[in-house]
Amino acid sequence: MADRPITIREALSSALREEMHRDESVFIMGEEVGVWGGTFAVTRGFLDEFGEKRVRDTPIAEMVIAGSAVGAAMAGLRPVAEIMTINFAFVAMDAIVNLAAKMRYMFDGQFKVPLVIRTTTGGGKQLGATHSHAPEVIFAHFPGLYVAVPGTAYDAKGMLKAAIRDDNPVLFVEHSTMLQRRSPVPADDYVLPIGKSDIKRKGDDVTIVTYQKGLEWSMDAAEELAKEGIEAEVIDLRWLRPLDLEPVFESFKKTNRAVVVEESLPMFNVGAEVAAQITNECFDWMDAPVQRVAAMDIPLPYSREIELAALPSPAKIIKAVKEIV
Amino acid sequence: MAKPNKNTLLDWYRQMVLIRRFEERCAEIYQQGLIGGFLHLYIGQEATGVGTVAALRENDHIITTYRDHGIALAKGLDPKAVMAEMMGKKTGVSGGKGGSMHLASRDHNFWGGHAIVGGHLPIAAGIALKARYNDEDEVTVCMMGDGATNIGYFHESLNLSAVWDLPVVWLVENNQYGMGTAVERASAADHMVLKARGYQNSRGEGIKEGPRLDGMDVMAVYEGISEAIDYASKNGPILVESLTYRLEGHSMGDPQRYRTKDEVEEYSAKGPIGRFRQYLTENYKNIESDLDKIDGDAVEAVNEAVAFAESSPDPTMDDLISNVYAD
Ligand SMILES: Cc1ncc(C[n+]2csc(CCOP(=O)(O)OP(=O)(O)O)c2C)c(N)n1
Ligand SMILES: [Mg+2]
Repeated sequence: MADRPITIREALSSALREEMHRDESVFIMGEEVGVWGGTFAVTRGFLDEFGEKRVRDTPIAEMVIAGSAVGAAMAGLRPVAEIMTINFAFVAMDAIVNLAAKMRYMFDGQFKVPLVIRTTTGGGKQLGATHSHAPEVIFAHFPGLYVAVPGTAYDAKGMLKAAIRDDNPVLFVEHSTMLQRRSPVPADDYVLPIGKSDIKRKGDDVTIVTYQKGLEWSMDAAEELAKEGIEAEVIDLRWLRPLDLEPVFESFKKTNRAVVVEESLPMFNVGAEVAAQITNECFDWMDAPVQRVAAMDIPLPYSREIELAALPSPAKIIKAVKEIV
Repeated sequence: MAKPNKNTLLDWYRQMVLIRRFEERCAEIYQQGLIGGFLHLYIGQEATGVGTVAALRENDHIITTYRDHGIALAKGLDPKAVMAEMMGKKTGVSGGKGGSMHLASRDHNFWGGHAIVGGHLPIAAGIALKARYNDEDEVTVCMMGDGATNIGYFHESLNLSAVWDLPVVWLVENNQYGMGTAVERASAADHMVLKARGYQNSRGEGIKEGPRLDGMDVMAVYEGISEAIDYASKNGPILVESLTYRLEGHSMGDPQRYRTKDEVEEYSAKGPIGRFRQYLTENYKNIESDLDKIDGDAVEAVNEAVAFAESSPDPTMDDLISNVYAD
């Protein structure tokens, strides 16, 4: 069947719906997933289609949303638990880090945790400091957990299916300002591999390493740069853990320059990790220090123009590229 | 609930004595440096653990805190493998990767010792959710300390169990202290079972306020938990309290400034094992020889466990990196 452009929201919905039809043990739980239809409308219609047993509205109680989903997964179900936004995942930090990520190792493989925690990330919506984070990198710190950060509809669908079918806990992060983005998606069932990055644009002059919202900014920047004869290779990490940097090293050995672009804060972030690994793996190929573009090192404000000023942008990426090309 | 016959009672006595001897030996070899990390003994609380485990039906589940050695042994895990875990050996129940606070056996429906206070409560809710989801008659018994009733996980988990009508027995093992803090200094409610009332609607539906059991009497615990399991299986969540006392420090090296020697001695005099032994000798003629044999066997079993653990290998570098993820 021909590929059809659909939105990320539709991609997520159809992945969930198809997996729930495929496997009776898959169910969804979270705040407003049922009667409301999902805060971001991803699960609209699910309650009617699947019923209350499999579409479970929860109290506003992130610790037990994440924690009971861990228990249900250990006991043999395949929960897809939703935490409305990643800001509220901080409340469930212990359940995600100490329960989900460590349960298998600590008891030496007696338990598996086939769990997906879906959540939304991102600033730029004038919600003030508590509601405007892109902190997914924090969760990538912990072995035992996978962290998915899809940036296109095609990736979102194939990655969510992979996450649901995998026997490990996955924090599945969706960007709240990108849910309407469209890209072609096959109608047939497909599953993308876990922990594989993807080259989203070919180029010989500079390697841009990024994900999610950063992908959008980077692709825009790359188009602008092309007009000036600078061809950027844009690599979409897609997963922060497992982190697949092989294509990055390969690209770097060709371009000898890299810029890492992300929406998270500038210290201890993805850029720090990627720059360090490039330095280790590709030192002899290095023509310039790795550049990092991230949000400014402040809590995000409410007022629109200054909020946007604090976030990365294509202009900031272009500037960073020009520093080294 | 099956009325326990003489053999059953003897088996409970055996378990309680085994736990006591096991714990005493753990304390000893901890001092010798053979056990690392934290070590939380179950001495004084044996009747609660043994009575509770005895009440479980075949497909029921149990989950508890880091004070988990007694539950592991009562559940029938091999004392050798439990001791090996204490010593961090490859042959331990958790491959030497969990330690004393993280004993578990999936095969026994024993879902672990858990070391974040309250952290296992939502897991219990999740295990119970599986039973509801699949329409299976399985009850999850979730043990916790009195201190755990004050953490957020307690509230969220109990509330969810009421809203979703989950088959859970929430069992507070009230040993009167959370580390050095006496119950009334940390909890607004002095009786733990009162907390059920926050999870009931105006018609009294929700979490049932269960009994306060004499946690030093194994038969009372067995009866009370059997009834609670029956209730949970038929109706939904229930909160039960077992009044007990920790005769040793919170963990090894606790100077115990928060209580008097007199207090400890008072409880020690009415400890669960002596009391049960007295009951048995008063009610069964010529049982002393059986009891004495059990006492001797327990020492033997612990000796064997220590010998096994000592001669077991450490985990390897391969073990170090295995089971971070499922393949
Ligand atoms: C979230 C958390 N906070 C603090 C601790 C440290 N801690 C370990 S046990 C304990 C006391 C718990 O008391 P209680 O729940 O009554 O159980 P008991 O030790 O008496 O069996 C504390 C404070 C912890 N493990 N987890
Ligand atoms: Mg206590």
